[in-house]
Amino acid sequence: MTRSRLFLLAALVALAGALTLSACRGGRVSADGPPAVLIADAEVTLPPIRGEERAVLTQAPNVPPPITRDYATRVIVEMETVELVKELAPGVEYTFWTFGGDTPGPFIRVREGDLVEFHLTNAETSTVPHNIDLHAVTGPGGGAEISMVVPGHATAFEFRALKPGLYVYHCATAPVGLHVANGMYGLILVEPAEGLPPVDKEFYVMQSEFYTAGAMGEPGLQAFDLDKAVDEEPEYVVFNGRVGSLTGENALKASVGETVRLFMGNGGPNLTSSFHVIGEIFDRVYGEGGTAVNQANVQTTGIPAGGSTMVEFTLDVPGRYTLVDHALFRAFNKGAVGILEVTGDEHPEIFNERMGSGEIARAGR
Amino acid sequence: MPRLLVLTAVFALGTGAALAQPDGMVLVRGGTYRPLYQSATGSAEVAVAAFYLSETAVTNAEYLAFVRANPEWRRSNVRPLFADGGYLRHWAGDLDLGRARPDQPVVYVSWFAARAYAAWIGRRLPTTDEWEYAASASETRPDGRREEGYTRRLLAWYGRPMPRSMPPVRSTPANYWGVYDMHGLVWEWVGDFTSALITADSRANRDANSRAFCAAGAVGASDFEDYAAFLRFGFRGGLEAHYTVPNLGFRTALDAPTSWLPCPASSASPFSWGSPPSSPHATRPPPPTSPRWISAPRSRPPRSTTTTRRGRRTPRRR
Repeated sequence: MTRSRLFLLAALVALAGALTLSACRGGRVSADGPPAVLIADAEVTLPPIRGEERAVLTQAPNVPPPITRDYATRVIVEMETVELVKELAPGVEYTFWTFGGDTPGPFIRVREGDLVEFHLTNAETSTVPHNIDLHAVTGPGGGAEISMVVPGHATAFEFRALKPGLYVYHCATAPVGLHVANGMYGLILVEPAEGLPPVDKEFYVMQSEFYTAGAMGEPGLQAFDLDKAVDEEPEYVVFNGRVGSLTGENALKASVGETVRLFMGNGGPNLTSSFHVIGEIFDRVYGEGGTAVNQANVQTTGIPAGGSTMVEFTLDVPGRYTLVDHALFRAFNKGAVGILEVTGDEHPEIFNERMGSGEIARAGR
Repeated sequence: MPRLLVLTAVFALGTGAALAQPDGMVLVRGGTYRPLYQSATGSAEVAVAAFYLSETAVTNAEYLAFVRANPEWRRSNVRPLFADGGYLRHWAGDLDLGRARPDQPVVYVSWFAARAYAAWIGRRLPTTDEWEYAASASETRPDGRREEGYTRRLLAWYGRPMPRSMPPVRSTPANYWGVYDMHGLVWEWVGDFTSALITADSRANRDANSRAFCAAGAVGASDFEDYAAFLRFGFRGGLEAHYTVPNLGFRTALDAPTSWLPCPASSASPFSWGSPPSSPHATRPPPPTSPRWISAPRSRPPRSTTTTRRGRRTPRRR
């Protein structure tokens, strides 16, 4: 081969090599700048972590404010499991096992791609060990395996919030049914990277059942009844951990014209909820707490045990709207009732109740 | 001749001493019981050889005598490897009980400390099988788990919050064996607290319910409704040997010599002191050929002899 051809061949090889190198694993060069991909060849792309922050945890029915950052960060979540006697219904007490002293536990709000550093402490006054299984975790036990703590001890683990959605978390120490039946559940929202559409009001409501030895309403400190739990015959079906949590002065409040988003969870342990708001229609339903609006104009939506749903609706008419499990005897006999008080201007063109009423006129006499 | 007499006397005394009931202990006769969890190669029923078990959990007073005689186990001297920062937290000082009462069960002690105490008085910790076997007794029967209200009473204790002040030992009635407070006072260390959750194939530990959580904990359990046993196994699953816990104490055990032949296989494990090494599988029948929880016949009558779970023909117990 002549020298010039040799030179040409060498140049071609070098060029091919350069092109190959630049197109090699992970090197997705774009006009926007250096690639955002850190881990090459993985099935999942993990955004880089910038900084850290402490998670804002809120007690039901309040929700932490929407996330405004557009990057993934390290979010530090600290929760303590506490066992305490609280009111389940007027005059009725129960030994609740809780995250953070409340049933349901705090609402955790993170963003897709965040690295969550989770610290779990079990109070010294607890009788049994606890742990946590977050349905947002991709990993063994949802975190339960590593997070088991006996009273007076603490543990920590990390996980990446890979998939956006509204997820349940709950204690998963054996026997799980008992830990959940005693009140150890809550919701964690992983916002999609682009965030959720803005709304005026967000509320956090979680349905669950309680299986007490005494009948519904029987006063005093009630014990857990295993037979009723196994037979799936609860004495109480409630929102936010007690009868009356969302009624009277605890009712949710909104105004005419506002768009409301409900983060609805179902801690179970057994029943599926047929969730309905009397007087309203859900404009958009993110079925089963996923990230797609998969139905519009829904009257009653199902919330599986250990699952969730997100619903949005705009309020057109003032008045009292009732959240219920439409399995009606649960609503009216076991406590699955909540109130949304809507104030504002009347709109008789949408709903007119002043047409007059009286006895039926009889023909003749 | 005198030497022979002396030897005979010593022999007789020794035998007498061995056969006499040790102080503060009761004899738990051998038998079989059905553990909540069993390894893949074990059988459903486990034989437990006769053994002595202390009537009560070890008390603050007894443990105080131990640390007096063994300075290395005093609170300010103990090595962190053997007990974590909560060791004897409820005492006022190394040798000062403070507000803790002498007759309360000692808590905030690690497994290492419990074993050291047991060895100091010539005893050992009970094995999981021995403890569970003795604990399954009610007040009137060696196996009281099928008695009306048995599980409910236990769950009532587990469901109550911790009392402000730890009750003393003998707070609950003695069971059939004469042992107090197996339920209703404190959790208790056993010699082999990790062995129930480890399979024979240690390579498969990660898959094999190593922490007895959630659904994994339900697979392989012999009785899904023995919630009290689930709670105990769940508790043991969260422990490490150096942990000290506010409501975890211990009691001691001792082999009961029943014959001059080697003791029949108890579920001794490398973790229990003082028991003769023996194969855990020596006297068990061959393992079942299919998963036990699917096909094994129930060895006890169904929960209600007149109804199935779906059709309730008898009035519900309220």
